[in-house]
Amino acid sequence: MAVWQMIPARAAPERQDSWLAWVRRELLGGWLNALTTLALLAWAASALPGLADWTLWQAVWRPDADACQAARGSGACWGVIAEKQRLILLGRYPAPEHWRPVLASVLLLALVVASGLRRCWKLWLLPAWMLVWTAFFGLMAGGFASLAPVPTERWGGLPLTLMLATLSILLACPLAVLLALGRRSRLPAIRVLCACYVELVRGVPLISVLFMASFLFPLFLPAGTTPDVLLRVLLGIALFAAAYLAETVRAGLQSVPTGQSDAAASIGLGWWQTQRLVVLPQALGAVVPGLMNSFISIFKDSSLITIVSLYELTGSLGLALSGDPVWRPYMIEGYCYITAIYFVVCAAMSRYSLWVERQQARALTR
Amino acid sequence: MTLRAQVPPRAPPPRQHRAWSWRSPATRALLWQALALAGLLAGLLWLVHNTQVNMAARGIQSGWDFLGQTAGFDIGEQLIAFDAGDSLARAFLVGLLNTLRVALLGILLCTLLGTLVGLGRLSHNLLLRALCRAYVELFRNVPLLVQLLVWYLLLVEYLPDASAAWNWREALFLSKAGLAFPTLVAGTNDTNGWGDWSAWHWQLPALQDFGIEGGGALSPEFIAVTVGLGCYTAAFVAEVVRAGIRSVPHGQIEAAQSVGLSRRQTLRLVTGPLALRVILPPLTNQYLNLTKNSSLAVAIGYPDLVSIANTTLNQTGRAVECIGVIMLVYLALSLLTAALMAVFNRRVALKER
Amino acid sequence: MKPIRLSILALALASLGSAHAGKTLDTIKQRDQIAVGVSTGVPGFSAADSQGRWAGLDVDIGKAVAAALLGDANKVKWVPLASQQRFTALQSGEVDVLSRNTTVTLTRDASMGLAFTAIAFYDGQGFMVPAKSKVKSAKQLKGATVCVQSGTTSEKNLADFSRAYKLNLKPVVFDKFDAANAAYFAGRCQAYTTDTSGLASVRAKDAKDPKEHLILPELISKEPLGPLVRRGDDEWLAIVRWVVNGLLEAEENGITQANVDQLKADSTDPVVGRLLGKTEDTGKLLGLDRDWLARAIKAVGNYGEIYERNVGEKTPVGLARGKNRLWTDGGLHYALPLR
Repeated sequence: MAVWQMIPARAAPERQDSWLAWVRRELLGGWLNALTTLALLAWAASALPGLADWTLWQAVWRPDADACQAARGSGACWGVIAEKQRLILLGRYPAPEHWRPVLASVLLLALVVASGLRRCWKLWLLPAWMLVWTAFFGLMAGGFASLAPVPTERWGGLPLTLMLATLSILLACPLAVLLALGRRSRLPAIRVLCACYVELVRGVPLISVLFMASFLFPLFLPAGTTPDVLLRVLLGIALFAAAYLAETVRAGLQSVPTGQSDAAASIGLGWWQTQRLVVLPQALGAVVPGLMNSFISIFKDSSLITIVSLYELTGSLGLALSGDPVWRPYMIEGYCYITAIYFVVCAAMSRYSLWVERQQARALTR
Repeated sequence: MTLRAQVPPRAPPPRQHRAWSWRSPATRALLWQALALAGLLAGLLWLVHNTQVNMAARGIQSGWDFLGQTAGFDIGEQLIAFDAGDSLARAFLVGLLNTLRVALLGILLCTLLGTLVGLGRLSHNLLLRALCRAYVELFRNVPLLVQLLVWYLLLVEYLPDASAAWNWREALFLSKAGLAFPTLVAGTNDTNGWGDWSAWHWQLPALQDFGIEGGGALSPEFIAVTVGLGCYTAAFVAEVVRAGIRSVPHGQIEAAQSVGLSRRQTLRLVTGPLALRVILPPLTNQYLNLTKNSSLAVAIGYPDLVSIANTTLNQTGRAVECIGVIMLVYLALSLLTAALMAVFNRRVALKER
Repeated sequence: MKPIRLSILALALASLGSAHAGKTLDTIKQRDQIAVGVSTGVPGFSAADSQGRWAGLDVDIGKAVAAALLGDANKVKWVPLASQQRFTALQSGEVDVLSRNTTVTLTRDASMGLAFTAIAFYDGQGFMVPAKSKVKSAKQLKGATVCVQSGTTSEKNLADFSRAYKLNLKPVVFDKFDAANAAYFAGRCQAYTTDTSGLASVRAKDAKDPKEHLILPELISKEPLGPLVRRGDDEWLAIVRWVVNGLLEAEENGITQANVDQLKADSTDPVVGRLLGKTEDTGKLLGLDRDWLARAIKAVGNYGEIYERNVGEKTPVGLARGKNRLWTDGGLHYALPLR
C-alpha cells in the first residue's frame, strides 16, 4: 500500500487586484511602458505647474481691466467673462429684456432633456413640444401682451444656437426617413431622385449651402416675398442635415432582416403599415448611436452661421470682444469659455448616446 | 441507350399581357413615379421661372462670360503666378490650388496624428491611454470654426513680430508673418536651363525692411487652417483606427502567435491587412470631410476657393454663378474621391468563396 | 423648351413694365416705414450704441429721408448688413435704400441693378500703419503685407496701386471688417487699407492708443460715398437724391436745425422760401407735401451740422471738412439747384 506523501505547499499566487500590481501592470509593465510613463510624468511636471499658475493661481477673477492688464502674460483674465457674459451669451438682445431669451432657453433645454428620459415618453410630450416652441418664439419675438417686439436680427448667442440646432434636427428627421425609404424603394424613379439628392447634398460643404440660403433663396421665391434670414438659414441647415441623417437611417433599414417585411406581408400589412409598425422602429433603434453622432455634428455646425453674419455663440463672442479695445487682448479667455460650453453640451449628448446603447444591449439580452 | 433521352422541346410559354388595371401594383408604381417626376419638374420650373423674373426685374446679368474679365484683385498666396490683370477664371484656379494644398497637407497630418493617437488609445500604459482619450474628447466636442479661430489667434497674437522672429540657425524663421524656410533655386548664371546642377543653391530667408524676404514662406493663415483641420480630423481618424484594430478577431492573433510569428510580424502580416479593410471606408469619409471643411478657411483670411468666389461675388454681383462654381468643384472632388475609393475597396475586399 | 422660354420672357417683360411705377414707394407708404441698410458698426457713419440707437452720417441721411417722406425721422427700420450681403439685400428688397458708406462705381451703377442717388461724402482710400514702423509715405510700403476687407473697392484699388508703383503688396483678405481690424491691431499685417474715413473711425474705436497709428497722406483712389437704391424706381430715387441735395442747399443758404422754423415763417429770401415750401411747393413734383425739406432739416440739421456732429473734428473720429466743404469754400459739394 502506497503512503501518501504531502507535496510541499506552493507559494500563494500574487494578488492581481492590489494597487501595487495595478501600477506594475498599467504603468511599468515592460520597458517601453515604463519609459512612456516616465516621459509623460516628466512632461506633466514641467508643464502643469505653469498651466495651473496661468489658469488658477495668478488669474484675475474680477472684471477689473487694470488688474488684468497688470497680470497679462502671467495670469489669465477670467474677469473678461464676468464683464462680457451677457453679450457673449445673449448677443445683441436688448438689455432690459434679457429675462426673455433666458427663460426661453431654459424651457427648451428642459424639454429636450425630458424627451430623452424614458419615463417622459408619454402622450403629453407632443403637445408639450408644440407649447414650448410657441412659448419660445413668443418670448423671443414679443410683440404681444406687454412684451416689446424684438426683430430677429437682434437674436443671438446661446438661445440662437439651441433654437437652430433643435429645430433643424426636428425638421430634418422626417425628411431623412422619407429619403432613406425612397432610396430603397422598388420604383426606379424615386430611388434615383432620392439618391441624387443625398449624394449631391453630401458632396458640397455646408458653407456653400448657407451662402445659397443667404443669397439665392430670395431670388428663388416670387418677387416681393422676403423670407426672414433666420428662416432661410434654418431651412438650409435642415436640408443639409436631412441628407446625412438619411444615410444613417438607410444603414439601419439595411440591418433589419428581410424576413421581418416578409412576415408583415404575410399577415396582410401594406407597405406603409409595414414600414411604420415593423421596420422603422427596429431600424431607428439599431442606429441610435449613429443618429446621436449626427445630432452632435449638426449642433457643432450651427456655429458656421457666423460666416453669414448671424451672431450665434461664436459670432457673439467676436462681437463682444473685437470691438472693445480694452477687453480685446483677452479673447483667448473668451474662447476658453465658449469651448467649455460647447464641450459640456456635446459631451452630454455623447454620454446620453452611450446610455441608450447600454439600455438597448440590456433589452436584447433579456 | 443513353440516359439523356430525347426530351421533346417544350413550347415557349404564352406571352404575358400586362393588365392595365388600376388594381395592379405595376400600374400604380408607374403612376406614382410619373407623379413624382412631374411634381419635381414643376417645382424646378417654378424656381427657375422665379429666378429669371427676379433677375430681369433687378437688372442682374447672368452668364459665364464674366470668367473672362480681369480680376482686378491680388491674391496673397499663389501656387501659380497670378497678377491683378489675369482673368477671373485663373483666380478661381488659384483658389482651387490653395484648397487642394490645404487638403493634401491636412490629410497627411491627420493620418499621421490620428494613427498615433488611435494606437495610443490601445496602449497598455494608462497615462498614455488617458492622454489620448482626453485629446479625442476635446477635439471632437468643440466646433471646427472655434478651433480654427483659436489657432489663428494663438499664431497671430503670441508669435513675435517679424523683426524679432524666432530663428533656428538663421534658416528657419517663425513670426507673425509665418514660417519662412530656405528653398532651392536655380542659379542666375545658369545658361542652359536645367542642366547646370552646380548653379543650384539654397536661398535663405533674411530680414528686410518689411519682414522676411527670400526663400519660401507658409503664412499664418495656412498654418492655422492646416494644423486646425489636421488636429480636428485626427481625433475622428483615431477613433476609426481604434475601431479597425479592435475589429480584428482575437483568434487571428492567437493563431498567428501559435505559428510562431513575433509581435511585430503579427502586426505587419495579420492585424494590419485585416484592420485596414475595416478602416479604409470610414477613413475616406474623413478625408472627404476634411476637404469640405477646408472651406471654413474663408473665416480666417486664407484665399481658398470659397474665399475667392466670395470676393468675385461681391465684385461682380454674379451670385448664382459663383455659388454654383463652389458647389460644382466640391461635388466633383467628392465624387472623384468616392469613385477612387470604391475601386480601391473592390480590389482589397475579401474574396469570399 | 422654347415656348416656356418665351412665356418666361413675356412675364419678365410684363413685370418690368410694372416695376417702374414706384413699387418701392408704395411698399414704404403701406408699411409706413423705410428699411435702411447700414453697416454693422462704423463709428461716425452708422453705429448702434448699447441701447440699440443708431447714429452717424449715413444714419442721419436715412432719418432725413424718413422725415421728408413719412413725416417722422423715427419711422425707419435699421438693417445692419455685412459687406458681402449689402448688395443682395438691396437687390432682393430686404432694404429700400443702402446708406452704408458705399462707393459709387460704374459696376455697381450699371451692372448690378442698382442706381446711385447723390454723393454724401467725398473720400479716398488710404493706408494706416503703426507709428513705430517709421513709414511716412505709401510708396515706402514695398513688399508689405496689407490687411483688407474682401469684396470692397479697397481690394481692387490696392492691386492697382501695387502694380502702378511696383510695390508687390501682399494682401491678407478677410471677409469681415472686424476680423481685418483685429488682424491689423494684432500685428499680422504691416498696414491696413480702406477709405480714410473708415481708417479714422477704426483708429478712434479700436486702437488702444490712437496716437500709435498713423494714417499715411497718400490717397490712392477716389471713393465717392453715397446712398444706393434699386434700378427702376425712379420716384424713390428722385426723393433720396433731392433730400441729400436739399441738405446741402440748406447749408449753402444758412438754414440750420435751430433757425429753420423761424426762417420758414419770416424769411424774405426767395431761395430760402422755395426750399422751405413757403413760396413754392417743390414737394408736389416729388410726390411729397410742401414741408418735406423743412421737416428733414428740423430732424437732422443741414449737411454741415450732420458732418460736425458725426465725423467732425470735435468727435473721436476727427475728420476735417477737407474735400467735403461746399464748393463756395473750395470743397467738392455742389448742390444741384432745387427748382
